[in-house]
Amino acid sequence: MINRSLKELGAALAEKRISSVELATLFVERIERLNPTLNAFITVDKGKTLAMAREADQRLASGLAGPLTGIPLAHKDIFCTEGWLTTCGSKMLSNFVSPYDAHVVSRMKLAGLVTLGKTNMDEFAMGSSNETSFYGPVKNPWDTARVPGGSSGGAAAAIAARLAPAATGTDTGGSIRQPAALCGLTGLKPTYGVVSRYGMIAFASSLDQGGPMAKSAEDCAYLLSAMAGFDPRDSTSLDRPNEDYGRDLEKPLAGLTIGLPREFFGTGMAADVRSAVDAALAEYRKQGAVTVEVSLPNSGLSVPAYYVIAPAEASSNLSRFDGVRYGYRAPEYADLSDMYCKTRAQGFGAEVKRRILIGTYVLSHGYYDAYYLQAQKIRRLIANDFVEAFRHCDIIMGPTAPSTAFAVGAKSDDPVAMYLSDIYTIAVNLAGLPGMSIPCGFGEGNLPVGLQLIGNYFEEARMLNVAHRYQLATNWHKRMPENL
Amino acid sequence: MPLNLDQVERLARLSRIEISAADSGETRDQLNGVFALIEQLQAADTRGILPMAHAVELAQRLREDIVTESDRREAYQAVAPEIENGLYLVPKVME
Repeated sequence: MINRSLKELGAALAEKRISSVELATLFVERIERLNPTLNAFITVDKGKTLAMAREADQRLASGLAGPLTGIPLAHKDIFCTEGWLTTCGSKMLSNFVSPYDAHVVSRMKLAGLVTLGKTNMDEFAMGSSNETSFYGPVKNPWDTARVPGGSSGGAAAAIAARLAPAATGTDTGGSIRQPAALCGLTGLKPTYGVVSRYGMIAFASSLDQGGPMAKSAEDCAYLLSAMAGFDPRDSTSLDRPNEDYGRDLEKPLAGLTIGLPREFFGTGMAADVRSAVDAALAEYRKQGAVTVEVSLPNSGLSVPAYYVIAPAEASSNLSRFDGVRYGYRAPEYADLSDMYCKTRAQGFGAEVKRRILIGTYVLSHGYYDAYYLQAQKIRRLIANDFVEAFRHCDIIMGPTAPSTAFAVGAKSDDPVAMYLSDIYTIAVNLAGLPGMSIPCGFGEGNLPVGLQLIGNYFEEARMLNVAHRYQLATNWHKRMPENL
Repeated sequence: MPLNLDQVERLARLSRIEISAADSGETRDQLNGVFALIEQLQAADTRGILPMAHAVELAQRLREDIVTESDRREAYQAVAPEIENGLYLVPKVME
């Protein structure tokens, strides 16, 4: 049951071969057994989970169920979840029980999905290894001496270890795609504006986007169809008709043109990643796709541009954590200003503080034009590169991450080295395009490799189709770590 | 443009984050590492390019000027560090 697709689980529930309570119990017991090793979950609440499962069983019995009703799902701890501790991986919110649901959470409830718990993450989604969490690092189930990636590292580890069939994630610079790659999963970051940011704790608002993480493209299509949709409470939510993102899954790929950015196939990619990606491209050619070289000449500037824009937005967004309305407050202080300074010094971890300081600097008088505006201009150059590239191809492919999962501690003392692990994913966020990572093989040490798919704006259904056809011909996405 | 310790202290003050004297040296060094990365932006020719503030170009949506929020003060204040009579308490700012 733990390896079943969402479609298979839905069918098993509909045909009464298993109840939602039984299914939830199965995963809760796996969490109880394996979470002490993996640290993938910050919060589990068996009582709440089983209550939701009982409701789902009633819905199933009454004939009012949808395709996902009764299936368990884990939420990244960045999503406000009414009545559940919602920490965002930070001491700052270590006592915050959310009084409301994020739009994504209420959509998933509406679909009848059962919340299994809240997954670990880099603090305020700032990290690429899940090592900045106040709740400690998450271990990669493929090799527990290695990181699962981040920031949605807990979600990725949970699915890889089959502690959850699927999870929600968020992606500001690669936080869905990079952990999906490092843990051997399928993850999708939608076009900016497709999934509401309401109740998703803000990091960099012009880049943040929620999306699904699961074992396959087919699973992600189901989840995205449930998750996406207009929400007037998010001023950047796009008012578009609802889509069935699985509508084109089976379409043959003959005639598909795949663009390969020459900048993504340079020296930065590890040899084992390269050979897995090359083999995946060969499979696509076998299925009738053609590959053409394209160029994203400004993509080399995406990491530095991101480390101006994202911290600038973060420094503004995180000013709300002041010890007054919610969250942590320092126990001792001299006056109001001292209360703010001590609360934020004690409540935030080192990486979050670093990014707030960077953001404050690049927005400050005398530096705004040189850094912030310059970064925004480069953002446009990067977005324009993609517009040009998509004149020559239907979809872009390349590696998701430059290497397979790295060792715990390998980059935690070197922020810049850590930032460069998102070198292939960040440009997609700056442009606002949809992107995916799908498993495409294994590198040295039996560690998963991810293939990145980048679609044109609103081409999620096409991207899922391209991913699904590959998954029909390969079984990388069905592998699971041994000894679990 | 490497930062010095005075600038780190000023940034900490602007950010309302206390940084102890013992930590300010390491903070400075790590920030300078990031600024060296950011410095690459200066070499790019962006003459005539409009800044891109957002991933998708959209105008701010307007809505009718009517009340849409319900009063959930108690639920929201239940998570506050300190309240009294429905008000948030902060340390005294005036004697």
